[in-house]
Amino acid sequence: MSSETTTKIPEAAPAPPPGAATPKRRVPQGHQRLLTRRDRLTLGLMAGLPTILHVALVWVTAFASIALAFTTWDGIGFDSIKWVGFDNFKELFTNNPQFWPAVEHNIIWFVALILIPTPLGLFLAVQLDKQIRFSRVYQTAFFLPVVMSLAVIGFVWQLIYNPDTGLINSLIGANEPGHYIDWIGDPDLNLWAILIAASWRHTGYMMILYLAGLKGVDPSLREASALDGANEWQTFKNVIFPTLRPTNTVVLVVTIIEALRAFDLVFVFNKGAEGTELLSILVTNNIIGESSRIGYGSAIAVVLLLISLVVIIPYLVSTFRKERRA
Amino acid sequence: MHRSSPGQSMPGTSRRTVLRGLGGAAVLGAGIPLLSACAGSSASSDTKTVTVGSNASDAVPKKGYADVYAAFTKQSGIAVDINTKDHNTFQEQINTYLQGTPDDVFQWFAGYRMQFFASKGLAAPIDDVWKTIGDNFPSAMHDLSKGQDGKYYLVPLTTSPWAVFYRKSVFQKYGYEVPTTWDAYVALCRQMKKDGLVPIAYGDKDAWPAMGSFDQLNFRLNGYDFHVELMAGKASWTDAKVRKVFDTWAETLPYHQEGAVGRTWQDAAQTLVAKKAGMYMLGMFVAQQFSNKADLDDLDFFAFPEIDPAYGQDTVEAPTDGIMLSKKPKNHAGSVKLLEFLGTAQAEEIYLKADPSLIAASTKADTSGYSALQKKGYEMISQAKHLTQFMDRDSRPDFTSTVMQPALQKFIRDPKGIDSLLSSIERQKKTIFASG
Repeated sequence: MSSETTTKIPEAAPAPPPGAATPKRRVPQGHQRLLTRRDRLTLGLMAGLPTILHVALVWVTAFASIALAFTTWDGIGFDSIKWVGFDNFKELFTNNPQFWPAVEHNIIWFVALILIPTPLGLFLAVQLDKQIRFSRVYQTAFFLPVVMSLAVIGFVWQLIYNPDTGLINSLIGANEPGHYIDWIGDPDLNLWAILIAASWRHTGYMMILYLAGLKGVDPSLREASALDGANEWQTFKNVIFPTLRPTNTVVLVVTIIEALRAFDLVFVFNKGAEGTELLSILVTNNIIGESSRIGYGSAIAVVLLLISLVVIIPYLVSTFRKERRA
Repeated sequence: MHRSSPGQSMPGTSRRTVLRGLGGAAVLGAGIPLLSACAGSSASSDTKTVTVGSNASDAVPKKGYADVYAAFTKQSGIAVDINTKDHNTFQEQINTYLQGTPDDVFQWFAGYRMQFFASKGLAAPIDDVWKTIGDNFPSAMHDLSKGQDGKYYLVPLTTSPWAVFYRKSVFQKYGYEVPTTWDAYVALCRQMKKDGLVPIAYGDKDAWPAMGSFDQLNFRLNGYDFHVELMAGKASWTDAKVRKVFDTWAETLPYHQEGAVGRTWQDAAQTLVAKKAGMYMLGMFVAQQFSNKADLDDLDFFAFPEIDPAYGQDTVEAPTDGIMLSKKPKNHAGSVKLLEFLGTAQAEEIYLKADPSLIAASTKADTSGYSALQKKGYEMISQAKHLTQFMDRDSRPDFTSTVMQPALQKFIRDPKGIDSLLSSIERQKKTIFASG
């Protein structure tokens, strides 16, 4: 478009005249085609299909498993579904030697994740936020475990914990008869061994969340507190940490979810043997297999659902309340 | 439908942006037919092909079965379409697989596991096949292949015994003798411990090996009939007879390798390979861990020792694998032909050429090519009065996996409190077996 001008006056710098672009701006046509019948059909499909999928895969299945929790069913043909009322729950609460340990371990899982990797992640984030040298390297190193699947982490940590050939026992000579440490089989040890592996990953996750939160802290706050003569700890405690409130909420929710869905690491590690029972593992053990106890497994799943609701409903209520206020 | 826009600069959703979003929805929609297409992949309905659902996903058995089916095709002109699934996945999905559109025939296990699906109508009886192949099998195999209704449902292919494995060189070095009675066995354990060996290698991380220990003790102490009753959920776990099994077991637990719940059977087998352990009670597949030919030649076994002379060593645990006919095979005539072929000694010989860690289920199969270990296993099985499968093949799998596996792990880690353990097992058993 400007080739003509450049050939005519080669020396002249082609300074664009002010407002040259204005005639190019398209004037709206005045009429705009809105949705044709076909469009509405496609739109309907677009909104309808996900809705159907969502309802079918989330709500129908959720209600189906709640209903199945009151039946016994081996999964073969619908005519073998038998209504048993609360029998599954009665059986679960009174007769299943793995149920209460599983509930307990899910709780321990949550408490341990809040007490160990969360402060550690926060600490690392604060250090990394100081723009120290090789900050990127550290960030990558700490975040790397988060990228890996928990199943893979399970395999990796088994190489460390294997009582016969693993790293720890080989180093300290605890794989000899007499002073044998069974990291995987001993119910007093195995949960903690797995929690260390879980924390190893969770720390990086927490670090990234807090790092993002810290990047959002107004630098003038730091300056102001420095001017007021606060030392580093005081600044963190009284100024920085309170501003991390939204991040803390996210961290809490994420950790609760991690504790409730804990499964893969344990399943790979020792399939939820004594000492590492979890609700999710009990559900799987009862439902998957050749002659499944689908009703019973559903009852455990319903317990897990109820626990999740107890945690999630208050969170949602408080979030929505905040939004309405805003 | 056209509508005039109210203002000239309405920025709202234009038709183009609306439609652009639809691309994504179309992709989603396309996924649905794909999902349903997964279910029935082999839809060949011609009579010249038989489809086989196979769980032989490991390299060695996979090749063995491929050779067998190739030989069948060559002989009969009927093509075999093999649909191989990962071994464990096959087991986990067998329920839905058989209810959907299964292959004409499928590989499965003898025992309760076969009877369960037969009684649910998910397999077709094959009495006509057995009329042809019956003579090829010993009576114990006949029993193993029948459903609870007395009809045949399985063609057995391969089997292998459970026994106590040891290394000849170790026994020679210390001058040990093969124990045939319980007292001799315990005395040998004591001696081995003195000699600085782990008397009995043990690993129960996968939770099933301990069920094998229970089986051996139970049918040696209480006999085959009680064992069957117990597995069928009829006898009580609080019976003094069961209590005795656990007491006897507890007596030898100090001679078992420490930390069994954290160790896989493979790792336990390695202690036998390394000559650190004296004995290992397991299935003959333990030979798979002896990768060195000289070590393998050094491997030997003896039958689990006699405890009660009334029962002697008459029962052998010999898990048997075979093949079944699905409920509505597309090619019934071809499937029958294939099953008849698989019931011949010839088919088993072809298979065992590729996989020498097992034994033919048929007594007609040529044993001249067997290794010393196979020959001994074959003898043991053919002389047995009763064959059992394994706890998780002889009893309801939902009971064994959700109740027995954790209970036995608890016991071998800490053998105290047997009574409360047994009453807990019995209570849980009642609800599971009552659920039909």
